Amino acid sequence: MGAVLTIRRDLVDALVAHARRDHPDEACGVIAGPDDGSDRPERFIPMLNAARSPTFYEFDSADLLRLYREMAANDEVPVVIYHSHTATEAYPSRTDVSYASEPFAHYVLVSTRDPQEHELRSYRIVDGEITEEPIEVVESYRFAHTGPDDAPEQ
Amino acid sequence: MAITVSIPTILRTHTGGEKSVPAAGSTLAEVIDDLEANHGGLKQRLVKDGALHRFVNVYVNDEDVRFAGGLDAKVADGDNVTILPAVAGGSR
Repeated sequence: MGAVLTIRRDLVDALVAHARRDHPDEACGVIAGPDDGSDRPERFIPMLNAARSPTFYEFDSADLLRLYREMAANDEVPVVIYHSHTATEAYPSRTDVSYASEPFAHYVLVSTRDPQEHELRSYRIVDGEITEEPIEVVESYRFAHTGPDDAPEQ
Repeated sequence: MAITVSIPTILRTHTGGEKSVPAAGSTLAEVIDDLEANHGGLKQRLVKDGALHRFVNVYVNDEDVRFAGGLDAKVADGDNVTILPAVAGGSR
């Protein structure tokens, strides 16, 4: 897996919109992708924050079971696990790190502390260690690695 | 028919990479002890001070054991036990 999160723009927009909508409570969710090593977020799944808190989030336990059963049935994995911070920076807190249990997921944080400008950052959290990574926002995945001079195959 | 236990990614280091393993027991506590006997190190990831870790959700079939007696939850042959780490966090 590369040290970057490549994600389609419409998914970023949906994620940020969700965070804005739930502000001042923390918003949370998953973007699932195929379990084929492609590391490609595809299916946006906003989740209920059962804690409904401005400083804590938790997936409801029944929702969590349903989500993982659905992903297993679809051969999906949680490529992105996102949540918002509503008064602090978009950096994983000690609580975020202590709960992070998906070693292959990109933990995406969005901060809605400023009403105009959001902050969006992505991290890997493995064995308690945070590694920030750049986010590459693309219009589509098919041409993500082509430039303006690349012609599609005929 | 044994009990089938689903193992989340983060605990598969204890099961040699297996995502599903059989177990025996008539309560969750017994199932966890059985898992520990076959997959050492698993119990301490699940149980702390005689109760299930705050960070871990365990389900017998569709029910969160939190509502069925926790470690005393009854488990029967043919049941599915699912272990899922909680997805949670906060600003602190």
